[in-house]
Amino acid sequence: MTTLTINGTTHELDVPDDMPLLWAIRDIVQLTGTKFGCGMALCGACTVHLDGEAIRSCTTTVGNADGGSITTIEAMSDDPVGREVQNAWLDLGVAQCGYCQAGQIMSATALLKQNTNPSDAEIQDAMNGNICRCGTYNRIQHAIHYAADAVQEDT
Amino acid sequence: MTESNDSLMIANVSRRRFLGGMAGASALVLAARWDMALASDDEKKYGAAGMPGGWVDDPNVFIQIDPDGAVTIVNHRSEMGQGIRTSLVMVAADELGADWDRVAVQQARADQDLYGNQNTDGSRSMRHWYDPMRRAAASARMMLEQAAANEWGVPASECEAGVHEVSHKGSNRTLGFGELAEAARELDVPERSAIQLKPIDAHRYIGQEAGPVRGRDTNSIERPMAIDGEEIVEGSATFGADIQFDDMVHAVIARPPVLGARVASVDDSEALKVSGVEKVVTLDTNSEPAGFKPMGGVAVIASNTWSAMQGRDALKIDWDTDAAGDNARYNTDEYRKSLEEAAQSPGKVIRSSGDIGNALGDAEQTLEAVYYMPHMAQAPMEPPVAVVRAKDGKAEAWAPVQHPRAAREGLAGVLGLDKENVTVNVTLLGGGFGRKSKPDYILEAGLLAKEADGRPVKVQWSREDDVHHAYFHALSVDRLEGALDADGKATGWRHRTLSPSITSLFQEDPEHKGGFELGMGFNTMPFDIPAIQLENPEAASHARIGWFRSVYNLPHAFAIQSFAAEMAEAAGKDHRDYLLELLGPARQINPRDFGDKWNYDEDPSVYTIDIGRMRNVIEKVTAEADWGRDMPEGRGLGLAFHHSFQSYTAIVIDAEVGDDGSVTIHNADIAFDCGFQVNPERIRSQLEGACVMGIGIALHSEITFREGRVQENNFHQFNVPRMEHAPKQVRTHLVNNDPELPMGGVGEPGLPPVAPAVCNAIYAATGKRIRQLPVADQLAG
Repeated sequence: MTTLTINGTTHELDVPDDMPLLWAIRDIVQLTGTKFGCGMALCGACTVHLDGEAIRSCTTTVGNADGGSITTIEAMSDDPVGREVQNAWLDLGVAQCGYCQAGQIMSATALLKQNTNPSDAEIQDAMNGNICRCGTYNRIQHAIHYAADAVQEDT
Repeated sequence: MTESNDSLMIANVSRRRFLGGMAGASALVLAARWDMALASDDEKKYGAAGMPGGWVDDPNVFIQIDPDGAVTIVNHRSEMGQGIRTSLVMVAADELGADWDRVAVQQARADQDLYGNQNTDGSRSMRHWYDPMRRAAASARMMLEQAAANEWGVPASECEAGVHEVSHKGSNRTLGFGELAEAARELDVPERSAIQLKPIDAHRYIGQEAGPVRGRDTNSIERPMAIDGEEIVEGSATFGADIQFDDMVHAVIARPPVLGARVASVDDSEALKVSGVEKVVTLDTNSEPAGFKPMGGVAVIASNTWSAMQGRDALKIDWDTDAAGDNARYNTDEYRKSLEEAAQSPGKVIRSSGDIGNALGDAEQTLEAVYYMPHMAQAPMEPPVAVVRAKDGKAEAWAPVQHPRAAREGLAGVLGLDKENVTVNVTLLGGGFGRKSKPDYILEAGLLAKEADGRPVKVQWSREDDVHHAYFHALSVDRLEGALDADGKATGWRHRTLSPSITSLFQEDPEHKGGFELGMGFNTMPFDIPAIQLENPEAASHARIGWFRSVYNLPHAFAIQSFAAEMAEAAGKDHRDYLLELLGPARQINPRDFGDKWNYDEDPSVYTIDIGRMRNVIEKVTAEADWGRDMPEGRGLGLAFHHSFQSYTAIVIDAEVGDDGSVTIHNADIAFDCGFQVNPERIRSQLEGACVMGIGIALHSEITFREGRVQENNFHQFNVPRMEHAPKQVRTHLVNNDPELPMGGVGEPGLPPVAPAVCNAIYAATGKRIRQLPVADQLAG
């Protein structure tokens, strides 16, 4: 049995240690906000936080995450930084199809937790691993600045 | 978690309430007294009327008002990021007079008999459905007004719907929509000729300009908040991949590596040992033409996706590639060379005016160029996925699909059921771009549902599956020759276009482009040149090709807009000035005069080729981009325009080429004329996204085949744009917002001019002319 703490809830899972965290989250725990996009850590759609770090859940195994604290998009509304990122996404109309945006928001939130006032270059470094096929990158960039301002106002 | 069918696709705009389904017991659906005979009164052959299923404007089909005032509007077009669930519902809500805060949208199931055409392609949802949805909503509004008039015993002319209520002009009396719903349902739907639409300036939502989509600090909604917006950012929006049932099983499929190959033998002994794997099923390979049919292969059914993938990895399959015929020898490098060779000889003449032979022979100067665009995969971020349950003589599917009817009828076919016994629920699409117009992946789930004892089966494609088995954008070779006189004026233009036809999906390969393919900017080439010859030599298909956002407009625009820039250069003239000279004076051309019998299925007398609108977007975009200004070393401006899906787009790209050959896009200015703009904010977002996708087409994206096998596997090899590739700034300039103009498309027409504008900018920056896409490392060293 593997013990995963996801969004503060502990789950005992009877799955192989080499199962990617993504599939444990989606198929076993049935939290579907975290998306499958590539399976090779190339697109970022599956981004979650493991002990506060943005990681790709498609290449992180359940064994690697055992005992760690996992946070998914479903918990972002209750996270002060995550909520500002979500608000920025809504205010600037970032999403088109929306499929990649959970991963984008998880990457952006992790960035803003480490760097409350990122430059364009720092945003690009942090977000370059998240593909959006609809091409919403300009709005994502603007929204991260916008959220950064809101986070600073909040504190 | 188990999804309830009725609640599945209802999204609350305000999220402060939850509505029951349209067919729920408590629903007071407006009366079903629609006189269907009216539907045949309008004998239109074009637009929505010409589409399978036509249009429907019955308020009973699309609008429900509950006694508590909740308004539910059915959206029957597929949402893939273009915003149609917001925009079309907004049209109906506005015409009805509904308060957006009390409107919910319900996604229609596949039922073209009921809803009219649902095939979401061709950038036509709004231009085909704006009028019918307005009529449906206006009818409902008039029924509410009549109900109020009856209640008060006054003439209906004295009753006027405001925001979510009807008021009496002669008194202070008002009744809410909810209070009137029950009485309104007993009334007849007005005859179409009696429907009174609101004046355009009376609309509260339609045509409202951008700004924050939703005010963060206020609950007052100045303009409609995007439907699904909150669910998307909270991770609760339901895409096809997110459908879950407690008893669902998961399947992945090893598909033939070459189109048409068959399973000669399979050893599944190791696969069956994988924990969670339940069953291995061999699927027949269908003979060509490929159509929307499943490709065949070997499926692994398991208790979860990972087990199914592990099981597939453990299969030992011997493929019979002889069954694939020529496809097994398909090599894109060789095929490209064969097309380039064929481009040297005449082909089927598509359009001819003047004497091209004389024009080229008598010219002061001639030039020639051959352009190449490769295969590409649509690669929506949500790979193909579908859930199907077959039980008790009925089937139900949940899938992200652009073409619901094809999914429903295809499932009926593979399951041997009448379509009445097949329900297709359309989820949100995690991107479409044409890939999800083809429901092969849904039919796969249908085949496997027969093997699952009544349990739902989810077929999940991996990214590798998606890259290997897309319906690829067809590769193309375009050869152009131009003749110039001593003043640099164009006197001759010969264009040969060579590319496999998508028609090969459905019938014996015609080896020529069909009318709908030539009509995508080839035979409609607008330049005013004395001698023009357009030819289409043969090109056979050896892969499964299909629609990719804007389709054959891509190669046609790339070749024509690149070559026009090359001619300007040869003439020693400014590119913008030369383009305007090539176009000639403002005028309207009937597409039939160019031999285009298709015209995106629109009436050619209404939808003309409007040279004035072309000139206008070129002039607008060059003014906004400060065309002609001095640029720093290694940096240049590139211009291109294109007319597609009845809209006009011109783009100026500001690109810098580094010493290492890398391309940085600093700015993109886009002028766009789609006629009347219903939801300008979503128009801008589509243009921004198309610009990014177009930069990927220009710089990075390519699918190659060797021995019939796709060589790229995932996003490290099939490259799509990332944030670093996006323009540092995109500015959209919407022009000609005129309700009197016929409405054009939005989702696709922003894409075709991007790649030539990028390549023209690269030329301006470096003097290096790009004729082969993608640019990749051509600028290095």
